[in-house]
Amino acid sequence: MSERNVQQEIHDTVTQNPVVLFMKGSASFPMCGFSAAAVQLLKNCDAQFVTVNVLEDQDIRQGIKDYANWPTIPQLYIKGEFIGGSDIMKELYATGELQQQLAALK
Amino acid sequence: MDVSEEISRRLAVLAPESIDVHDDSAAHAGHAGAASGGGHFELTVVSAVFAGQSALARHRQVYTLLADLIPSRIHALQIRALSPDEF
Repeated sequence: MSERNVQQEIHDTVTQNPVVLFMKGSASFPMCGFSAAAVQLLKNCDAQFVTVNVLEDQDIRQGIKDYANWPTIPQLYIKGEFIGGSDIMKELYATGELQQQLAALK
Repeated sequence: MDVSEEISRRLAVLAPESIDVHDDSAAHAGHAGAASGGGHFELTVVSAVFAGQSALARHRQVYTLLADLIPSRIHALQIRALSPDEF
């Protein structure tokens, strides 16, 4: 079996889906307050998004931190671009930028 | 080592006009992530360094300065990184 290429997997995930949230738990059952807040913000924007539960995959959990060079989860990606964690999402939501970026995808 | 003090000490290189670190660990004691021993902190730091920078760039600078404390000492960190005119 060939060695798993986690960075390639992550790259494929974030480029093949317009909006991806790497989080702890699922959108229905977030396992962390920050992940829950991130999901809520996306829902407030009526965004279509996919989530990746890092608690189910330790390779992805570490790999996503390396991918973005960002030490914490949740992490939001729009069209392959790393946007930020829950604090940044909150700031972008407050200024309306998050809504704009997500609306531009529709 | 008091982690709150250590955070303030590390961020001194940003020459902050104001810095506030709130240890919110007690509110999260017992949940799964807290078991690792790292604390929850809320940081507000005001520095002229942040003027003209995106939120992403600001947070990256903070994370870089604290890198080796995450996640062993810091499990979660809420960051408000502001320039003086935003404060």
